[in-house]
Amino acid sequence: MSVRPSEFPPPWSASDAVTPPTDPVDERIDVGFLIVGAGPAGLAAAIRLGQLMEEDPATAERLGEVPVAVLEKGKAPGAHLLSGAVVNPRGLQRLFKGRKRIDEMPFYGEVHGESVLFLTKRRAVRIPTPPTMVNHRNYVASLSQLGRWLADEAEELGVTILPETSAEQLLVDGGRVVGVRTGDRGRGRGGDELGNFEPGSDIAARVTILAEGTQGHLTGAALERFGLRGENPQVWALGVKEVWKVAKPLGQVIHTMGWPLRPGKKFREFGGSFVYPMGDDMVTIGMVVGLDYRDTALSVHDLLQELKTHPRVKRILDGGERVQWGAKTIPEGGFVALPSRFHAPGLLLCGDGVGLVNVPALKGIHYAVESGRLAAEAAWRTLARGASSRDALASYDAALRDSFIWRDLREVRNMRQAFGRGFYVGGALAGAMTASKGRFPPGDSPTERDADQSLIHTDRAASYPAADGKLVFDKLSSVFASGNRTRDDQPNHIRVQTQVPRELAELWAHMCPAQVYEVGEADGDGTVTVKLAPSNCVQCGAITAKGGRLTPPEGGSGPEYTVT
Amino acid sequence: MKIAVCVKAVPDAAAGRRIDPATKRLDRSGELAISDFDTYAVEEGLKLKEASGEGEVVVVSMGPEKAMDALRKALAMGADRAVLITDAALENADVLETAVALAGALENEGADLVLFGQQSADGGGACLWAAVAEKLRCPVVSQVSELTVADGSLTGKRQTEFGYDTIRAPMPAIVAVSDAINTPRYPSLKGIMGAKKKPQEKLAASQPGGPGTTVVALSPPPPRGEAQKIEDDGSAADRIVEFLVEKRLV
Amino acid sequence: MAKTLVFLEHHDGSVQKGSLGVLTKAVQLGGEVAGAIVGSDVRAVAEGVGATVWIADDAQLAAPLPQPRVDVLAKLVRDEGYDTVLFAQSVLAADIAAGLAARLGAGLNWGLVDFDGETGRAPALQDTVVVDVGWSTPVRIGIFRAGALDAEALSGAADVREAAVELEDFSVAAEMVEQAHAEQQGPSIEEAEIIVAGGRGLGEPEKFALAEELARALGGAVAATRAVVDAGWYPYSAQVGQTGKTVSPKLYVALGISGAIQHKVGMQGSNVIVAINKDPNAPIFEYSDLGIVGDLHEIVPKLTELVRSRKS
Repeated sequence: MSVRPSEFPPPWSASDAVTPPTDPVDERIDVGFLIVGAGPAGLAAAIRLGQLMEEDPATAERLGEVPVAVLEKGKAPGAHLLSGAVVNPRGLQRLFKGRKRIDEMPFYGEVHGESVLFLTKRRAVRIPTPPTMVNHRNYVASLSQLGRWLADEAEELGVTILPETSAEQLLVDGGRVVGVRTGDRGRGRGGDELGNFEPGSDIAARVTILAEGTQGHLTGAALERFGLRGENPQVWALGVKEVWKVAKPLGQVIHTMGWPLRPGKKFREFGGSFVYPMGDDMVTIGMVVGLDYRDTALSVHDLLQELKTHPRVKRILDGGERVQWGAKTIPEGGFVALPSRFHAPGLLLCGDGVGLVNVPALKGIHYAVESGRLAAEAAWRTLARGASSRDALASYDAALRDSFIWRDLREVRNMRQAFGRGFYVGGALAGAMTASKGRFPPGDSPTERDADQSLIHTDRAASYPAADGKLVFDKLSSVFASGNRTRDDQPNHIRVQTQVPRELAELWAHMCPAQVYEVGEADGDGTVTVKLAPSNCVQCGAITAKGGRLTPPEGGSGPEYTVT
Repeated sequence: MKIAVCVKAVPDAAAGRRIDPATKRLDRSGELAISDFDTYAVEEGLKLKEASGEGEVVVVSMGPEKAMDALRKALAMGADRAVLITDAALENADVLETAVALAGALENEGADLVLFGQQSADGGGACLWAAVAEKLRCPVVSQVSELTVADGSLTGKRQTEFGYDTIRAPMPAIVAVSDAINTPRYPSLKGIMGAKKKPQEKLAASQPGGPGTTVVALSPPPPRGEAQKIEDDGSAADRIVEFLVEKRLV
Repeated sequence: MAKTLVFLEHHDGSVQKGSLGVLTKAVQLGGEVAGAIVGSDVRAVAEGVGATVWIADDAQLAAPLPQPRVDVLAKLVRDEGYDTVLFAQSVLAADIAAGLAARLGAGLNWGLVDFDGETGRAPALQDTVVVDVGWSTPVRIGIFRAGALDAEALSGAADVREAAVELEDFSVAAEMVEQAHAEQQGPSIEEAEIIVAGGRGLGEPEKFALAEELARALGGAVAATRAVVDAGWYPYSAQVGQTGKTVSPKLYVALGISGAIQHKVGMQGSNVIVAINKDPNAPIFEYSDLGIVGDLHEIVPKLTELVRSRKS
């Protein structure tokens, strides 16, 4: 009698996030182009638009006083950005063609060697690097820092960035996206208006570009509202990582597979870890696990802690100190889970929000940048004299299909799903796919919703290491290390049913890296109450994959990442 | 009525998290923001201006050039102008130098009312306003949790260890407000977008003197000393009282 | 040889404990030491101190306002050649000290927990670092943190001297319309020297009464963790922690509090920390001075009783 999270859907529907404009016209804020999300996709779009404005100021005039505005729900650009990351510079090179060299971009150096290790509890065996994971000529970066740098570049080109501003609803009028409504600020826990209550505003724009990243709030609503969903549901992985100051430089990029994940098919534990050098005195280490896992006792946060106790990993961190922690989901459905269309009237969609991630290569940043750049160009085309907005926006889809993004994703389209058959079979299939450049197996393997996986329960939690405050940390310490100091007295932004079977409550309690969910009292009918501490939330989005829904809290809430 | 609000731009990210990366520039982990305590002063200035229907709110600060970004938040909240005293010589100024520099700028402004927040978020020092009042030779009232202004004078409710005093003073005067006085507004989007266009002025220090204090050394805090941990065998209450007596807390 | 003046704040006819602590310290350090009491009808107060005390006694000085006191102390320093002026932290003292520093061009160090005659010692950055500070001006001014120094009865002969009262116009511009009354419901948590804080281990909102009784017996204030404030057991104004208030009392008693870092950063500067929790692995035991693993529901009532009987 096992439970599936999807049997307990959250009290939320896409229509909650769509509304016609309600502000009186003179209170409305008018901008030229509106971008939601100051991440690599949104900022690339902003920068490209800035470049186009510079090249053609006469046309730019028509965009008004605020030609390009970027909304960012975090405290500042970069506050909610987290990734490994080893970045393929291709996207940025195309974006900054002729204006910036690679050595002017905030990278931590080119990758100088890498290894892939297969771990058992005590040993590490080097295995040949799968071709999809070769990182030659790629660069290590902190996405958070990269975001801050891109934001500065955008501002220099005349873009207005509005931090601490959440985009709560899509403004749709006459079947067309006309902008976004921002979230209220200054509400109490019960929804009451506090002394400094500031209502959200309608922001009107000619074209709205959604670049919200994984679990994009308005992106999800738009896919629903405009019927843009593809044939296969999106699936996600949860990545949890730390940044450490270290005593000795780590000269190479490391990826691991195997322990502490279990290879058996019934567990569906797909993932691995990474350790990247950030200059000579820092490293970043992270654990990524597909959210189709089934064991209610699985905690990716604690798997990362466990990973650090492996002798091969521990010696990298010896003598060091944790300086930051964070967590975020990654869309893993790849090509088969892409939307059927990336535009709607007045709307363009880019980046992680629509799943532009190459899972076997662990790459998405350069696709985000390229998609942002292409979206900007399509948006700009709506300004051409005699242009049909519909044709201009449709040209974005065409451009995406012609791009390297499409080629890459198509080639690896079935690899992630192969691992649904377990690690060894999956590995073998993945090898075959690479060798055939995606031609084998033919066709597209479907994805299954993470929330449809039935739950099992083991005693996995018994082997999580105890926190010692030096190498191994507990969740609350980790939340602290994310810079999270969210205001407590505000409405709960997480939509979940709070009266659920015990296994589901336990799943959430272990799943959440920020200890938001707690298994409460049993209610005598086989269910328990779920207690929430929403101000712990680092907005990773895992809950959305597993039966609930994350919506954006008050602007400025959440983590304050700087080097993730 | 002209109101000047003195604010300090302090590091935004929580202490201990500023890391210099091995790579280059534009690392904003050292980003500055207006000290939380000072936002109450900005809010009070805005409320007083709104109540009187006219006037000007100027934010005045002393700090490095990049502090101007932080001052923009006050402009976004509704302040009219920002003045930043910035001078390499003032980089590690103590309270004396800060008071002299601020007084210099404030003298030029000729405000009717000068507002401060109750303490510096990073320095913890709670008395800059009294030093500035001395330099400007005007009355000062601190720890004010309620403020009214009428006919050229102000009345403030001042919170001390003994309760609340009601104090009246003629303007021009200096008032340091506590965080109980109001709830600072969130800047509206229009406010944020308009902030860039408001006048922002940089000044050099008028008469830099020298610091009056020195920092001799920094050390980690002393370890807590012998920590005792005991299991209650029925006598815990007695053990606690013994301990408290020994520490002269009871 | 140092010549030190200590501002003795008085209230309701007696000198504040904190000021006496600073005076005790000054006497211990040696050199010529005198206190200064400023107010109206203060001779009797000064005579009870047991040391040399300057008084500035004038009806104009009755209200505890800072600026006239700056005038009095500045004149004393200049006329008598004091090179060190010390204060115990209070709202009034901080304003006087800063005004005096500006008047005399004297360096001012505050938040001191110790002083050896040359160098002061002050915790900073939420008590995560200790700074040794000095002065580079001829006159040095220092403010000591509340509760940092203990007062001892001084056995010297009372020697009361009259100080001149010459007040600037701007110093007397502010007037006290109504002075504070002593009807307080206990100190606010930011000022309290003793705090009793309750967490989830209390079990239910009604059990906060245990914390309140103990706080009353000890003469302290009641605080709460984020978890119980979130649950509606106690108001947000009492919340101590990263997203609440930061406190540094002489004594912090933590009842049923696990002590996660979000709470710790709000109270780690407390002088003495006593924790009662039934979980032996609670993080709070790593940084408390006295940790009791036990049932607070049994221990606290007994403790409250014992404290009450000691005090009576």
